[in-house]
Amino acid sequence: MRQLTSESPTIDAEDKLARMSIEQQIGRAVQPAADAIRNPPEEAVFRLHDVGVWYGNKHAISEITLDIPLKRVTALIGPSGCGKSTLLRCLNRMNDLIPGARIEGSVEYHGANIYDRTVDPVEVRRRIGMVFQKPNPFPKSIYDNVAFGARVNGIKGNMDDIVERSLRQAAIWEEVKNDLKKSGLALSGGQQQRLCIARALAVQPDVILMDEPCSALDPIATLKIEDLIRELTREYTIVIVTHNMQQAARVSDYTAFMLAAEHGVNGQLVEYGATTEIFTQPRDKRTEDYITGRFG
Amino acid sequence: MTRAVFERQLAEVQEDMLVMASMVEGAVNQSMEALRLRDVAQARRIIENDVNINKRRFDCEDKCIELISLQAPLASDLRTLISVLHITTDLERMGDHAEGIARIALMLADEPPLKPVPDLSRMAALAVEMLHGAVEAYKERDTQRAREIVLKDDIVDELYEQIYHELIMTMVSDPATIQRGTYLIWVAHNLERIADRATNICERVVYLVEGRVYDLNVSKY
Repeated sequence: MRQLTSESPTIDAEDKLARMSIEQQIGRAVQPAADAIRNPPEEAVFRLHDVGVWYGNKHAISEITLDIPLKRVTALIGPSGCGKSTLLRCLNRMNDLIPGARIEGSVEYHGANIYDRTVDPVEVRRRIGMVFQKPNPFPKSIYDNVAFGARVNGIKGNMDDIVERSLRQAAIWEEVKNDLKKSGLALSGGQQQRLCIARALAVQPDVILMDEPCSALDPIATLKIEDLIRELTREYTIVIVTHNMQQAARVSDYTAFMLAAEHGVNGQLVEYGATTEIFTQPRDKRTEDYITGRFG
Repeated sequence: MTRAVFERQLAEVQEDMLVMASMVEGAVNQSMEALRLRDVAQARRIIENDVNINKRRFDCEDKCIELISLQAPLASDLRTLISVLHITTDLERMGDHAEGIARIALMLADEPPLKPVPDLSRMAALAVEMLHGAVEAYKERDTQRAREIVLKDDIVDELYEQIYHELIMTMVSDPATIQRGTYLIWVAHNLERIADRATNICERVVYLVEGRVYDLNVSKY
């Protein structure tokens, strides 16, 4: 230790500071990359390339390129009319059912283009199931609601087992196991939605698309569905459209933010990445403005 | 602007934090002045006023918790509130260090003066400069300035080391000075901790802007 005197302090650190370049002084941390579209570093179920959808002469969405990872929840968020539901419907050819709708670009599902002329859209929709905004059980018994799709799609096996397994996976078995002959319409809204999820599961899909599945439900029913969504990722890939930002934050692993030039016109992907990043450190100011409620 | 009420509340809690920072800066300056001038009344005022600094910290914390729970902030809003929570904690502890110096000023007031230790004033000036600069960097969201400020902590650490050894030598050569010398080492220690906490504030400025927490400067002490 050198001799120290109070009269003439020698400050090595001060000298060191003066000798450092400004880059050295401020360069201790690296700025995050500016790229806003960050595909998940995981196996993809879907690969979308330059996807656009036209409704007649209206260009609803355009130039959507992203990967959707296996057994993860991917949330699509954005203001009304930005094309979230349109994009969701591209994933199982539901847009085919809308007169005047046409798609451009490619949607690969496990490496195969689902819009190839040789692909049967019914088979696509069996593998890629869908749950809608309002619960829509058939006016049949709980049992038949679940068994119907399985029978129609020729699912083999003991139907009682299929119904029980599907209702268990949808976290509603304990509530209905003694009332399987009761009408599905007699259930509460939250139970009806879980019944619809059970119905979708009964045909043994690979992916479940959910279009605002909780928007008609109360907060408790919503939380049950959200818990269920997390549980289902053990076996299924889920893509969910939601207007509820907190819901997207709670349930999803990845989030895509979309924005349209005007309502229903030219919706585009603005940012895509891990949900934790999108909701804490979005890279595009438009994403930041939207999720912090300063949009418009 | 579509969240005017939330915007106002967010601005208010940050304004409260800046007022608190100004109170703490004043307390550090005044405690060193009380020590230098052997001003017992001023030392007592600083000790009494620490309650107000503490109260402001808890008020800020309450407001942050309320905004987090009721407004569900995200992205930069969330980072702002998290930063305010951390920074007010650091400021409150800095206030405690100023109070500590004031208590030493009280204890030394009736003792014969020790040989002057000019580096102590220099250390205090640097620590206050770091605090002031860190708060300015927060106001301006200036990460470059925040990264520059933390480098001064190395100088504060060296001054601390110098003061420590100088006072040890004084005490060894004259055992009658041991109590006073030890008190002054405590003062230096308080100042060293204030500089460390100013570094913490700089780290929060970087977090606020860049979304990541970096250890910008690891103190030797």
